[in-house]
Amino acid sequence: MPGGAERILRRRIGSVKNTKKITRAMELIAATRVARAQQRAKAARPYSEQLTGVIENLSAGGAEVDHPLLRKAENVENVAFVVCAGDRGLAGPYNAQVLRSAEREIQAVRADGGDYRLITVGRKVQDYFSFRGYNIDTSFTGFTDNPTYENARDIARRVRTVFDEDEIQQVDLIYTEFVSLGTQRPVVRRFLPLEATATIAEEGGGDAAALAGFSFEPSPEGVLADLLPRYVEARLFTALLDAAASEHANRQRAMKAATDNAEELIVKLARAMNRARQESITTEIMEIVSGAEALGSDDEVSNVPMLLPVEPAAS
Amino acid sequence: MTMQVEFVSPEDLLYSGVATQVIARTRGGGDIAFLTGHEPFIGSLLTCEVRVTEESGDVRRFAVRGGFVSVTGTKVTVLSDAAEASADIDVAQAQADLAEAQAAEQADPEDAYARADRQWAEIRLAASGAVELPAAH
Repeated sequence: MPGGAERILRRRIGSVKNTKKITRAMELIAATRVARAQQRAKAARPYSEQLTGVIENLSAGGAEVDHPLLRKAENVENVAFVVCAGDRGLAGPYNAQVLRSAEREIQAVRADGGDYRLITVGRKVQDYFSFRGYNIDTSFTGFTDNPTYENARDIARRVRTVFDEDEIQQVDLIYTEFVSLGTQRPVVRRFLPLEATATIAEEGGGDAAALAGFSFEPSPEGVLADLLPRYVEARLFTALLDAAASEHANRQRAMKAATDNAEELIVKLARAMNRARQESITTEIMEIVSGAEALGSDDEVSNVPMLLPVEPAAS
Repeated sequence: MTMQVEFVSPEDLLYSGVATQVIARTRGGGDIAFLTGHEPFIGSLLTCEVRVTEESGDVRRFAVRGGFVSVTGTKVTVLSDAAEASADIDVAQAQADLAEAQAAEQADPEDAYARADRQWAEIRLAASGAVELPAAH
């Protein structure tokens, strides 16, 4: 069926072209979102730097308190995990990488005889773990591509409740770190208990010149007690913003690859279609010629005048 | 004599300007005013209204949902996870929030979150100038 193959190919090319339009659009959208996510991460930096700065000043002032968030356990048995990935797929290996390292961590805790709590951020994470029969403590969805501070606060509230009440000695945060546009890597970070304030201060990042002689109201310990929960929120917020930027960067790359593939496929299919078209034309010509030959083999000349236009009659 | 004032929230830099006086309310210390050359100070803020007197004499009002104020001789930094300039406050939204929080608080007087939400709504209304703050606060 010569005409059929051509029609089928034409239809396939049409559908690949449509797919290409979609992936191209998604690529462009992801590109602008990466830029915006990076900008938001940049806008969030002064806050966390200032917070760290306050901790530096507190530490310089010698404030050290016994706060639940700093409480270190002798031996860590039960661990809670906060796993941050995306709500949507079509982002290359982005979700899979985070999920794989999260599952590995959970298995490691279980192998040591410990228990785990799972707090999931992103629909993909929720789907993955509930499908595999893990116990999910709480799941947050619907904001991974554009997280607000409010979201970070909700998650932080739940994390602290888990850390305070249950038999949990440690909270790990698993997300994708945004190193640069070209590099994002999944990381597992110790989240709680926090480092001692002196360590936070040493690691720095704060822009406050740590000058001693600050006076505190209500007291260094009081300020620190107010500050640590916010520090937790700010760190979580930073992680969410990083994850969002990583998600968009991964999606941009995946969609670029998809667009390129579609383009390649269109070229291949167009070639196949042209060949099919040419073949069918050749076949048709062959048929006509051989048909004409069969019919007019005895009298070739008599057939020709019939193809000429009829002369109009002279008036 | 002026000093640099900054309002920093996690989402962005809310305000940056030059002022002659900043009034805030700290936990345990009540209202406190900062002038240029104030001793280095770090305070934990209540949900309150912060007033910044600019060089020109204009007073800018901000609703601040807790946070910190950090003062060095020439610079005042207000760190808050939620702060709104008076012009940006959505009065209708704040009133709706207030009604909601009051209802929640009435249902459960022990609900600390509802109380915090109510105070936040009240402060926003006060800072926007829509409602005078009740005297007993």
